[in-house]
Amino acid sequence: MLEIKNVTKVFNPGTVNEKLALDNFSLTLEDGDFVTVIGGNGAGKSTMMNAIAGVWLVDSGQILIDGEDVTKLSEHKRAKFLGRVFQDPMTGTAATMGIEENLALAKRRGHRRTLRQGISRKEREEYRELLKILGLGLEDRLTSKVGLLSGGQRQALTLLMATMRKPKLLLLDEHTAALDPKTAQKVLETTEYIVNRDKLTTLMITHNMKDAIAHGNRLIMLNEGKVILDIRGEEKKKLTVEELLHKFGEASGEEFANDKAILG
Amino acid sequence: MNILNLLNAMPGAVAQGLIWGIMAIGIYITYRILDIADLTVDGSLCTGGAVCIMMMLSGHNVFVSMLAATLAGMATGLVTGVFHTFMGIPAILSGILTQLALYSINLKIMGKSNQAINVDKYDLLVSLRYIKNVVFYKNSILVVAVAIVLLVLVLYWFFGTEYGCGLRATGCNGNMARAQGINTDFAKVVGLMISNGLVGLSGAMLSQYQGFADINMGRGAIVIGLAAVIIGEAVFDRVFHNFGFKLIGVAFGSVLYYVVIQTVIWMGFDPDLLKLLSALVVAVFLAIPYWKQKYFRKPAVKKGGKDDA
Repeated sequence: MLEIKNVTKVFNPGTVNEKLALDNFSLTLEDGDFVTVIGGNGAGKSTMMNAIAGVWLVDSGQILIDGEDVTKLSEHKRAKFLGRVFQDPMTGTAATMGIEENLALAKRRGHRRTLRQGISRKEREEYRELLKILGLGLEDRLTSKVGLLSGGQRQALTLLMATMRKPKLLLLDEHTAALDPKTAQKVLETTEYIVNRDKLTTLMITHNMKDAIAHGNRLIMLNEGKVILDIRGEEKKKLTVEELLHKFGEASGEEFANDKAILG
Repeated sequence: MNILNLLNAMPGAVAQGLIWGIMAIGIYITYRILDIADLTVDGSLCTGGAVCIMMMLSGHNVFVSMLAATLAGMATGLVTGVFHTFMGIPAILSGILTQLALYSINLKIMGKSNQAINVDKYDLLVSLRYIKNVVFYKNSILVVAVAIVLLVLVLYWFFGTEYGCGLRATGCNGNMARAQGINTDFAKVVGLMISNGLVGLSGAMLSQYQGFADINMGRGAIVIGLAAVIIGEAVFDRVFHNFGFKLIGVAFGSVLYYVVIQTVIWMGFDPDLLKLLSALVVAVFLAIPYWKQKYFRKPAVKKGGKDDA
């Protein structure tokens, strides 16, 4: 479903801030894979997401989604393949627009935007049903401005927007990191529900090792722009946090220096 | 200070305010919807006026001339849009560049710095002379008011369409818009074109109204437009929540601005200092939301990804 072949990305080349963010990076996802991604700060997790999403173009290498080469496609052209939820709840929605307007924008992802009405009456009913899944009461607030919602509500809405038009690949970039633990749990449960229901191929970055182990069928760990651990199937099911930390030490030759990831 | 003098000047102030109101609606589209302060308007207002007057002087019908002025305005927006998106120049600077270039272009369109048109010889749509003692349907206040209502209806429809919604999302949160497959660069160009098209139309009406197009007629237009937007929002925001009425509110804001200016002049204020006064008033009004945020903080509607938009 997703093939990343030998991708390299250097930020600020030729300056003192030069940073090799992705180092000859390769990763292949099978159809229906739910892959959790962990790694320390600066390991290249978000860079990998942005490379897939096309926020900027990579320096070398190739990215294929469902067999189609998207390496040179701009961000908005790749959008038809992708559902994205960001770390910052403000990023995924348009604050000054209503809940239904945001959903209507997402419903038209990958379609030509015409001069037909932005939202039809029929759609409103559909959105009401969709929002019920979240269990947040948003179905009764269709016209409310999204800016009035809490961070958790906005993330849940973004998740709905990312998945309402079934994406080839769902990209979750620490989408629960900015939420309080209870809300984070709820958003994660909804994520799990939707991914299972629609059998979505998913990449989920998380800073929480327990979550990384509890969700998905495969876990990868990044360090210095490379995949240093790739655990799947039965092996992943039996994995514990201690074991993961130990494996990290073996693979990278250093301590895992992120308290949040261990304690969280 | 004869109050009758002031009352006599009021219809003129209202007509002029309404004409500038069309420009203010254009500025609302860039400033509020796209979140871009577009300085092109200082040049494109004159472009619209110049094109309209020259077309009419060469014998074209007033409506054809105004259409041409609108298209010329849209072309200036296209240039600013290309500077900003394709060439990566910051929006404010893009507008300044276009505005400067337009100074030369406007001179070339007119052939000199001022071109007059005689209301007796040409069939104008609006004029100073069509304010009093004229059949009601030729009254400039009515004509411009009807034009504004029609324009607002079209804009209301457009910003409710699939494409219009995409344009609003672009201005609100560029990251989100791109993630939903919207070509934000193109949307910005389209927004700038619509905005400057309205500004060109406003310039066309203004030059007819005052009976001439002048190379300096657009100077400070952005400030007048911002004043209109701010006044319109301050006065009507609690009353009007519907997008269409908000645009009408902006046009009313422009009328209020001209009524206030007229009153200030009547009170004996030195007209040379008017632009200074306008700039200071707009500066204070622009500062108010910032001060509110800083000193009287309440949970506010947050915008996302604005910096990258």
